[in-house]
Amino acid sequence: MSEKHIDEISGVETTGHEWDGIRELNNPLPRWWVWFFYATIVWAIGYTIAYPAWPLLKENTKGMLNYTNRAALTQELTAAKAAQAVYLDKIAALPLDQIVADKELAQFAMSGGAAAFKVNCAPCHGSGAAGSPGYPNLNDNDWLWGGDLETIQTTLTHGIRYDADADTRVSQMPAFGEILQPEQIQQVAAYVWSLTNTPSDPALVEAGKQVFAENCVACHGEDAKGMRELGAPNLTDAIWLRVQGEQGIAQQVAQPKHGVMPAWGARLGETTVKELAVYVHSLGGGE
Amino acid sequence: MNLHVDKNSPTDSDEVERLEAEPVMSAKRREPLYKARKKIFPKRAEGRFRQFKWLVMLVTLGIYYLTPWLRWDRGEFAPDQAVLIDLAHRRFYFFFIEIWPQEFFFVAGLLVMAGFGLFLLTSAVGRAWCGYTCPQTVWVDLFLVVERAIEGDRNARMKLETAPWTVDKIWKRVTKHAIWLAISVATGGAWIFYFADAPMLAMDFIEGQAAPVAYMTVAVLTATTYLFGGLMREQVCVYMCPWPRIQAAMLDESSLVVTYNDWRGEPRTRGTKKAAAEGKIAGDCVDCNACVAVCPMGIDIRDGQQLECITCALCIDACDAVMDKVGRPRGLIAYATLEEYQSNMALATDNGTTEIQPNRVRNDDGSFSDKVRHFNWRIIFRPRTLLYMGVWTAVGIGLLVALLGRDRLEINVLHDRNPQYVLESDGSIRNGYTVRLLNMVPKPRNMEVTLDGLPGATMRVNGMSEVDVRSFVVNVEPDEATTLKVFVTVPADEIESKVESFHFDVKDVDSAEADSYKAVFNAPGEKHK
Repeated sequence: MSEKHIDEISGVETTGHEWDGIRELNNPLPRWWVWFFYATIVWAIGYTIAYPAWPLLKENTKGMLNYTNRAALTQELTAAKAAQAVYLDKIAALPLDQIVADKELAQFAMSGGAAAFKVNCAPCHGSGAAGSPGYPNLNDNDWLWGGDLETIQTTLTHGIRYDADADTRVSQMPAFGEILQPEQIQQVAAYVWSLTNTPSDPALVEAGKQVFAENCVACHGEDAKGMRELGAPNLTDAIWLRVQGEQGIAQQVAQPKHGVMPAWGARLGETTVKELAVYVHSLGGGE
Repeated sequence: MNLHVDKNSPTDSDEVERLEAEPVMSAKRREPLYKARKKIFPKRAEGRFRQFKWLVMLVTLGIYYLTPWLRWDRGEFAPDQAVLIDLAHRRFYFFFIEIWPQEFFFVAGLLVMAGFGLFLLTSAVGRAWCGYTCPQTVWVDLFLVVERAIEGDRNARMKLETAPWTVDKIWKRVTKHAIWLAISVATGGAWIFYFADAPMLAMDFIEGQAAPVAYMTVAVLTATTYLFGGLMREQVCVYMCPWPRIQAAMLDESSLVVTYNDWRGEPRTRGTKKAAAEGKIAGDCVDCNACVAVCPMGIDIRDGQQLECITCALCIDACDAVMDKVGRPRGLIAYATLEEYQSNMALATDNGTTEIQPNRVRNDDGSFSDKVRHFNWRIIFRPRTLLYMGVWTAVGIGLLVALLGRDRLEINVLHDRNPQYVLESDGSIRNGYTVRLLNMVPKPRNMEVTLDGLPGATMRVNGMSEVDVRSFVVNVEPDEATTLKVFVTVPADEIESKVESFHFDVKDVDSAEADSYKAVFNAPGEKHK
């Protein structure tokens, strides 16, 4: 490799690399390319001086421009928040019906509400708000406490059976297993089931009606259509929050289970709660 | 620049002005690519091809600079610019045609047509695109006009190049570059007018109110125009453009290329009468180098076909002028096909057995022999070009049919997936849909949406009504898409199966225009209550 080899055809010196008789010509790099290469080196040196670059023992050089990703992110977030502030201020100031009436504002509130829902509400109500046994489906038209905008806002703000909030919605169904006889419970379960379905033993229904009249009408009403002031469910519709069939009803009568929803007012703030109310109301079941 | 005029010679060909012009790029002596660039000083050519090139330049530049200023009345709800690419609103306006993003295949179709058009053009008449209509060629030509007007023609420019930096030279150079820059700014400026209302943007631009991207675009295009058209010129064609490399695959023996007909030109001589007196044979080429001097690519066409040739035909003009002067037939350099050339060459060299003998192609009176092949227009319509024409026309007709039959009113439906269905308190089942109504004309329209199928089903539209209906009318803004959240409810006793198909029908209340979308309704498959 020590002696120079000149390519015959082009008259150009070769690099000394040879593969199967094919030699690499030692053509010079284009000048503009070389100058660009030098320029990138100069640029790189300048860059490492201007920006954080060299790792030291514990931290790294800070760079002369004092640039940090974190500061840049904070700046961008501040800018984004400032851009949103116009809408957020309006949402904070206006009542819900006016927010919904303003198409643009409603759109903004819906998007914000949808995002807040995914973060805070989806664990219980599901990402599509379809709920699961014990957790209400927010898409349907069955509302224990009412489904207009204001009521949804109140529910969101104070929660349900949430002790930490003084204004929370409270209702407890007594455990009738300590009050009624087991056969009475079977009877009333058969009666309630018969309001919408065919009971397994029609003989129990009549007695169950009596038991219902004596024990249940105070909350669920004489026609069993429930009472929203107490969050007592309508027992004549197709939607059951928690129970399955007659046995489920009997269990619920004997040892009622109650869901708890935290109060979100203090945690999310009024504006986000309003956005959530608008979103939930738009899901299709809002009144 | 030296002129060699042999004043002693009495022969006509010797009176021709001879130019000391060497090809900058020579096919004969292939030089390494790393050699520093030699500047080219193209001489002004005159003739029919030059005339045609002026015309093409006028038309193409005219189209480019003036199109954005054409107006087209589309009513009060749409821009009145004839050609407008409205990126912000994702609309493309082309005279009476308005294209929405989902119709962008029209543009793809046009690109396919442009591709086949280029194949067709190249296989028929060679690199006509390069020589006449390529923006690089047109702008270099334009820049050369400026250069000649200020610095003079070839020899004056060559002299100025080597002259010391006097006030005169500085003045000429500054003026030239200033005008070049002005043209470049106008070029970059014209581009942005295609993307916004031209008169308004022009005012905003001057007042410094236009969007940063407008200034950026103008800056980049100014830089590239100035750099490519003014400084790099032929180097763009030779080193940067991929098209010359693809030529080889596009040309065949029947494609027209600029050809030096050496079968009648050789042996070239500078003094025909002197040669005749000495008993030597002489071809038509008087070796005046005019073809080399006018070439903007700096080649000598007499070296044969070469990569750098853009077939601009200025050498043909230059040579024809000389042929006229010396009383020889035109066409020593001409557009010719390889087939034609080879046939004539075989004739002149007796199938390559001898040197070129001009007397083989000529009769005794000097006219060309009958055996000499001339260009035949029918060669343009050979199977290959007919095939390209066929494809080009087919795509064109397809696009036209698609354009005439396309919808200006459309409905798109997206079924909610989460939850698939909702059980209502009365046992009915509800499905949610996102319905998009597209009004693709610049007029507001009342559209009626109707449920087709699903007996007993009713609709409710979020934010529009609280009433359950089978059909409703919605006003859609001009040239806009409206998105509606529609809930469809089927009563408990009508639910038959898990999946049912039905249609959302939409029609313009004032016209018969209509569209339909097939959607599905999901249910648990059993009756509740």
